[in-house]
Amino acid sequence: MATKKQARVDVKKTYKLFINGAFPRSESGRVFEVSAKNGDFIANPALASRKDLRDAVTAARAAHSGWSKATAYNRGQILYRIAEMLEGRAEQFESEIALTSQITSLKAKSQVLDAIDRWVWYAGWSDKLQAVSGATNPVAGPFFNFSISEPQGVVAIASSTSFIDFIDAIAAAVVSGNSTVVLVPGSLAVPAMSFAEVLATSDLPAGVINILTGSLDELAPWAASHMDIDGFDISGIDKKKRGALKEAGAENLKRIHAFSTGQSPTRILAFMESKTVWHSVGV
Amino acid sequence: MSFYGLVDGSEKSLVDFLNQLSGVDQVGAESRAAMLATRSIKTTSKKWAIETAISMVDLTTLEGADTPGKVRALCSKAVRPDPTDPTVPSVGAICVYNDMVEVARTHLDAIGGKHVPVAAVSTAFPSGRASMEVKIRDTQDAINAGAAEIDMVIDRGAFLAGKYGLVFDEIVKIREVCGEKAHLKVIFETGELVTYDNVRKASYLAMLAGADFIKTSTGKVAPAATPPVVLVMLEAVRDFYTLTQRRIGVKPAGGIRTTKDAIKQLVLVNETAGPDWLTPQLFRIGASALLNDLLMQRMKMSDGYYASPNYVTID
Repeated sequence: MATKKQARVDVKKTYKLFINGAFPRSESGRVFEVSAKNGDFIANPALASRKDLRDAVTAARAAHSGWSKATAYNRGQILYRIAEMLEGRAEQFESEIALTSQITSLKAKSQVLDAIDRWVWYAGWSDKLQAVSGATNPVAGPFFNFSISEPQGVVAIASSTSFIDFIDAIAAAVVSGNSTVVLVPGSLAVPAMSFAEVLATSDLPAGVINILTGSLDELAPWAASHMDIDGFDISGIDKKKRGALKEAGAENLKRIHAFSTGQSPTRILAFMESKTVWHSVGV
Repeated sequence: MSFYGLVDGSEKSLVDFLNQLSGVDQVGAESRAAMLATRSIKTTSKKWAIETAISMVDLTTLEGADTPGKVRALCSKAVRPDPTDPTVPSVGAICVYNDMVEVARTHLDAIGGKHVPVAAVSTAFPSGRASMEVKIRDTQDAINAGAAEIDMVIDRGAFLAGKYGLVFDEIVKIREVCGEKAHLKVIFETGELVTYDNVRKASYLAMLAGADFIKTSTGKVAPAATPPVVLVMLEAVRDFYTLTQRRIGVKPAGGIRTTKDAIKQLVLVNETAGPDWLTPQLFRIGASALLNDLLMQRMKMSDGYYASPNYVTID
């Protein structure tokens, strides 16, 4: 019998969510379609539901204590490790971004290289934050008075559709010791979930970064009103829709910010709180 | 002596009775429990289930580090689980060690919680390794201090060695000590009984000996109240009711931490023993962390947004 070599069937990746260090499907079982610029089918990522958000917040809350108590040095090392992992897969990210977004492959390449450098830049901040944002305050008495910056807790992020913005938002929140739940709009789902694979191999404790892909319109209101989320970065939300989210977040005095600048230490400090400590002099 | 006319109190009649029980179909029990766990309970049914579950919680603290202060705090929580909402029912009971019974009873009475009974764990809890005199004295102490419910452990060593008569006599004696003053719950520690057949045998043994409730576990051994084990026990109380016209209660304890777990248990009760058992008089859930989750789920349903553990008490 003549043997004819058959074309190999591609093994397609199932894009799932990233919750508590694992890759579950959405509890709702829903997916949505991502296609290339030319309309070709690319993938069916998971369409996260509010219950996936709830599970992600539970995971983030559980991870917060360990991550915030880790030494600044250790957090910096892990952020640097993320850069290392990303570097090794740079080409994959370039092609995924170019394939699924409206930008050219040249721009995609520079975004990925910038993203890698950003992780290194934020990694450097971990042990310098205290020196820059903390203070010894003058008081009228025999006391020292210190202001110490601490991470807020669980920070939700509504990411924009740009990969570099997605990286800036996450890195700025986690470097100080916050844990995060990142809501990713559909068009960024493919590179975002590949980035979750980078996180899974970076010694990052489970639950510190959780990534949900789907619809921001559906998920953001639930994140805004969630009483166990302490901060919310809404940079990726349409300006007209921000007011309603700020209102929903007022119940637990959530800090809700939108940023226009990318790489900036003010983004780190935005999700930190100042603790004041008194200590008597000479004891 | 006659025990429901089913056994005469001799070891031989007991062993004969237990041996004629059919074995448990392990695969069948597990798949039935797993199937019932997939039921979806939503909206008004969920609200009802949450409130029913709250009224069934035996709010428990059984730690070496228990202080009178902690027990008092727990009692306050038992009476008014959500201080911001008086429509939340009180829990089924407070469950503490013997020496904390008086503290709990006094505090409950003082804060308007006379309707909340105090349950004491007894008979050398959790191991059950002590002489009969010690076990009787332990139980008497608890009742004298005001315990209205006694959670006794069986001697698992004796049960596993096949000394059913010994285990039976112990339960009968403790039942006598309890008399009219206290309800008797018998703890099997199903995690140590190894097989479902043993769980079924232990259930009948305890019911024949006069238990008012049969309880899965101490909470000190894993696995504890797994759904198939509870299913087997619920089948036992259902069949025992057919035999004797007496309803015995069931109390799963240990490992039930979330509202989802609790609702699964309620579904098991409804589908196995029947809706008659869906009352705190016949079904209790031994738990500590569960209550907070029930309260948070209730808040979520009434407020429309997700709740935070920051708004419920730590213990």
